Amino acid sequence: MRKLAFGFLIVMAWTACKPGSDNKMPLPIFGSRKPVSKIVDGKTVVDTIYQTIPNFKFVNQYGDSITNKDLDGNIYVADFFFTTCPSICPIMARNMLKVYDTFKSNGNFKILSHTIDPKHDSVPVLKKYADKLGVTGNTWWFVQGKKEETYDIAEKNYLVAVKKDSTAAGGYVHAGYFVLVDKQKRIRGAYDGTDPKQVDQLIEDIKTLQAEPDETIVQ
Amino acid sequence: MIYKVIGTLLFFFSVLLIVSCENEHSLEFKRYYSQGAEVYQTHCQNCHGANGQGLSALIPPLNDSVYLKNNKAALACYIRSGLKGVIVVNGKNFDDAMPANELSPMQIAQVLTYVTNSFGNKLGTINDDQVSSSLSVCK
Repeated sequence: MRKLAFGFLIVMAWTACKPGSDNKMPLPIFGSRKPVSKIVDGKTVVDTIYQTIPNFKFVNQYGDSITNKDLDGNIYVADFFFTTCPSICPIMARNMLKVYDTFKSNGNFKILSHTIDPKHDSVPVLKKYADKLGVTGNTWWFVQGKKEETYDIAEKNYLVAVKKDSTAAGGYVHAGYFVLVDKQKRIRGAYDGTDPKQVDQLIEDIKTLQAEPDETIVQ
Repeated sequence: MIYKVIGTLLFFFSVLLIVSCENEHSLEFKRYYSQGAEVYQTHCQNCHGANGQGLSALIPPLNDSVYLKNNKAALACYIRSGLKGVIVVNGKNFDDAMPANELSPMQIAQVLTYVTNSFGNKLGTINDDQVSSSLSVCK
C-alpha cells in the first residue's frame, strides 16, 4: 500500500512538472467579441471578431498628429498620466523607462502615454517632460487631445481589461495601468504600472507577443 | 572540545559587550534612522525612489553629500514648504517643483537622519531640536 502511494506521488510530481517550461501560454484577448459566419471555399466557417482600439487622433510631443494608423503593425503599451502628478506618476515613469530601455531599439514597438490634463500639458510641456526623462526618437510618444476624448477611449477601450477585474467604480484612468495592445489592436493585458513585478511581467509578455505569428489583420 | 566551547562562549560575550557598549548617541541615531526609513517610504519614495536615485532630469537623486551638507540647515524648510526654482545636484540642474509636506518636526528630523545617512551619505543624526530651530528661520 505504502509503495503504491509512493509511486503515485512520483507520477503526480512528474506530470505536475511536465507542462509549461517549453511552450508559453498565449496571452488572453480582452474585450467583447462576436462570432461571424463567412463562406470560405464553399464551406461556412465561424470566425471571431474581437474588440479593437478604434480610430483616434492626438498630438505628440513633437507637435505631430498621431492617429491609430501610425500604430499599424506595432505592439504598443498605453498609459494615462499627467506631468504635474506627484503621487504615482514618477513610479510609473520609472517603470515605463525600463520597458522603453528594453525595447527602444526593436522595431514595431511603441509606447503611448496620454495626458489626462491637456490644459496644462501642452505640446511644449510634453516635449520638456520627455527630454527630462531622457526619451528621444519615436518609440515613446506623449500625446494630448481633448480631455473628453482621452477619458472616453481610456474607459471604453483601453481599460476594459481592468474593469473586468475590478469592483471599484470609476477612477480607472488614475489607477496607473499599463495596457498592452497587439499588432491587430486587440488588448492582451493590463498591468499595475506602479508595481515593478507586474512591469517585469509586461516585459515578458511583450516578448511573447513579438514571438506570436502574425495573423491576418482583423477588420 | 572544551576549548572550542570556551572559545565560542568568549566570542559571544565579546560581541555582547560591544553591542551593549554602544552609547546613548548611537541608540538615538538608530531610533531616528529606522523611523525615518518609514517616513521616507510613505512620503518620499514615490518620487525619489527606493534607493534615492531620483528620476532622470525630473527628480533629483539624494546621494549628493556635498549638496546635503551645504544645505543642511535649509533641508527641513524644503521638506515642510516644498522647493521651487533651479537647484544643482551632482552638477546637474533640476528646476521642477517639489510639493510641500505636512510632517511634524520629529518626522522631518527622522527622515532627514535617514536620507543624510543613506545612499552613500554620512552626516550623522539630525534631531528634532535642530529641525525646530531650522524651521523657525525658514524663508
